[in-house]
Amino acid sequence: MKDLFDSNALESEAIYIFREVVAQFEKPVLLFSGGKDSITLVRLAQKAFFPAKIPFPLMHIDTGHNFKETIEFRDKLVKELGLDLIIRKVQDTIDQGKVKEESGRYSSRNVLQTTTLLDAIEEFKFDACIGGARRDEEKARAKERIFSVRDDFGQWDEKNQRPELFDMLNGQIDLGQNVRVFPISNWTELDVWTYIEKENLEIPSIYFAHKRAVFMRDGLIWSHSDYVYQDKDEQVEQRMVRFRTVGDMSCTAAVDSYATTISQVVAEIRDSKISERGARIDDKRSEAAMEKRKQQGYF
Amino acid sequence: MEVLKIATAGSVDDGKSTLIGRLLYDTKSLTDDKIEAIAHSSKKKGYDYLDFSLATDGLVAEREQGITIDVAHIYFSTSSRSYIIADTPGHVEYTRNMVTGASTSHVAIILIDARHGVIEQTFRHFFITNLLQIKSVIVCINKMDLVDFSEQIYNNIKTDFEKLVTKSDYEDHSITYIPVSALKGDNVVNLSDAMPWYKGASLLSYLEGLDTLNSHSKIKMRFPVQYVIRPKTEEYHDFRSYAGKVYGGAIHVGDEVMVLPSETKTKIKAIYFNGEQYKTAISTASVSITLENDVNVSRGDMIVKIDEWPKVEKCFNATISWMDAKPLTLGSKYTLQHGVNKVMAKVSAINHLIHTDFSGFDKEVASLKMNDIASVSFQLNKPIFFDTFKEHRINGSFILIDLQTNNTAGVGFIE
Repeated sequence: MKDLFDSNALESEAIYIFREVVAQFEKPVLLFSGGKDSITLVRLAQKAFFPAKIPFPLMHIDTGHNFKETIEFRDKLVKELGLDLIIRKVQDTIDQGKVKEESGRYSSRNVLQTTTLLDAIEEFKFDACIGGARRDEEKARAKERIFSVRDDFGQWDEKNQRPELFDMLNGQIDLGQNVRVFPISNWTELDVWTYIEKENLEIPSIYFAHKRAVFMRDGLIWSHSDYVYQDKDEQVEQRMVRFRTVGDMSCTAAVDSYATTISQVVAEIRDSKISERGARIDDKRSEAAMEKRKQQGYF
Repeated sequence: MEVLKIATAGSVDDGKSTLIGRLLYDTKSLTDDKIEAIAHSSKKKGYDYLDFSLATDGLVAEREQGITIDVAHIYFSTSSRSYIIADTPGHVEYTRNMVTGASTSHVAIILIDARHGVIEQTFRHFFITNLLQIKSVIVCINKMDLVDFSEQIYNNIKTDFEKLVTKSDYEDHSITYIPVSALKGDNVVNLSDAMPWYKGASLLSYLEGLDTLNSHSKIKMRFPVQYVIRPKTEEYHDFRSYAGKVYGGAIHVGDEVMVLPSETKTKIKAIYFNGEQYKTAISTASVSITLENDVNVSRGDMIVKIDEWPKVEKCFNATISWMDAKPLTLGSKYTLQHGVNKVMAKVSAINHLIHTDFSGFDKEVASLKMNDIASVSFQLNKPIFFDTFKEHRINGSFILIDLQTNNTAGVGFIE
């Protein structure tokens, strides 16, 4: 037996939130992208319910334009931990004629995911969707609640949010509504990395420096891939890079890096002059890009 | 790492967002791409300086109108600790946001425009910090650059604020006054050359010295049961542990405890966290515990030490901060959420409306509208296990949930 349990305030808060979700909702689900934030969520959920199994499934909304490393990692993690994984594909939503594939230079399936997600919530009657969004990521997310209520259409009404006081989380909703839950709302990017280091968590290899075929556009490093539109005059080059966030290939830019271990990554983040979402092409569309997507039901 | 939570309050144009932006900029918490975006937007608006408020105002409507609508959370850290700022707007119609943002804060910063001094809004902001019993209050007298960095003006405002302090019933606070220019950066992170007469610390160095633990150890231990963990696996066949967060004091293996409402006496058998067993867990730890006796415990029950009983009652008075567009009326019913426990509550009396400018009470009140603060009596369908807010912040507060809309309609502080 150990002496004193030295709790970490952010971890303790996240575990508290996970337990509230399971106690207050009938059908929760954890939205899993294979990125570092959702990997951190899985770890926190394990701790919240130990020695019981994580009492809800994981769901991946698959754009089909993933980094193959992320998918391999996802399948390995799910197998090792014995978790239930639901996959719903954006391709199916396109085939059903519900959304139209974007075309052109900045085309991406990032926005299309919303429809697939909302359909899946309806299909499984999920009443709580746990996500890894953090308030420090982006300005619209800084306004987000921990329990964030969405109407029947999955929409976020940012001007009419429930106040959250002390530790009390109000999960009361009507049939058809659902709540988006953000257990690591108060974590920063550095908090997540420090936690990954401390817990010795495995993460997909694309988070570490590796040689990759890329091309430059608008000062950002884009992956050379079948999924990413590329002009003829955009020259492919081999470059040492890593990814700070993992979205789909068409919306995630790489950064120059030689960090090949977690501690090197942590050191790099600490000194970084560019914010995490500075390399997210989806946010560069306009100053209010995230706010608009959130109103429509995005993650 | 320690996290210090800060609530900010200021009226429109007091420069609150600018102060926060300045804190971020001078602690090098703003990355190049964010500074670039601010520079770009500032230029677009025709400013010849960096408008740091653009770093915090997140919603389109806020940027368009140059105001802060909702509580935003801002993060920065120094080498010694992390900070979370709850940026709450100061307009009179947004009292609810300040109460919300301040509910979890260790310290409150109240901004005063040096040109205008203590105004009616300042009264309200100070009132709310008292209502929430925030111990450390920092009064930042801003825009000193616009009053020639005058010591006289600073002293006058300080004297006015001290008069305000004498009107408050809450006596545990410590109040610090700092003259700043958020726009120019004086006394925010770096001490100012323009105000040699000011002998105190800069805002940041003052914050760095504050204690976050804030005497948790002196508060009675409360363990509200959130969830019962029953793995039902072969290895843990009959295992049953009670998950929850420790609020106040500490729990130790072997402690004699009482389970409420059943009033069953037992002992703490083990404290678990992620498969490890511990002898002790202190306040704010999320753990799970097992008990010596096979007692029936479910969500909403509370485990307390045998000699530290809370009050167990169906009727009480509370100070309510009302947050819903639909008014609170005599006789109306709500779901009352006290921690993780939910009961039905009926408003049995509206005792008096409290003026947030310290000018007294209104006795004859028929209903409460949004942003009103009042003393209200409640009757519950079953007892809850509470302390007064003064004794225990977490166990002395609750929220009221509207039965039709499910909205969080108000917050209560038990008297």
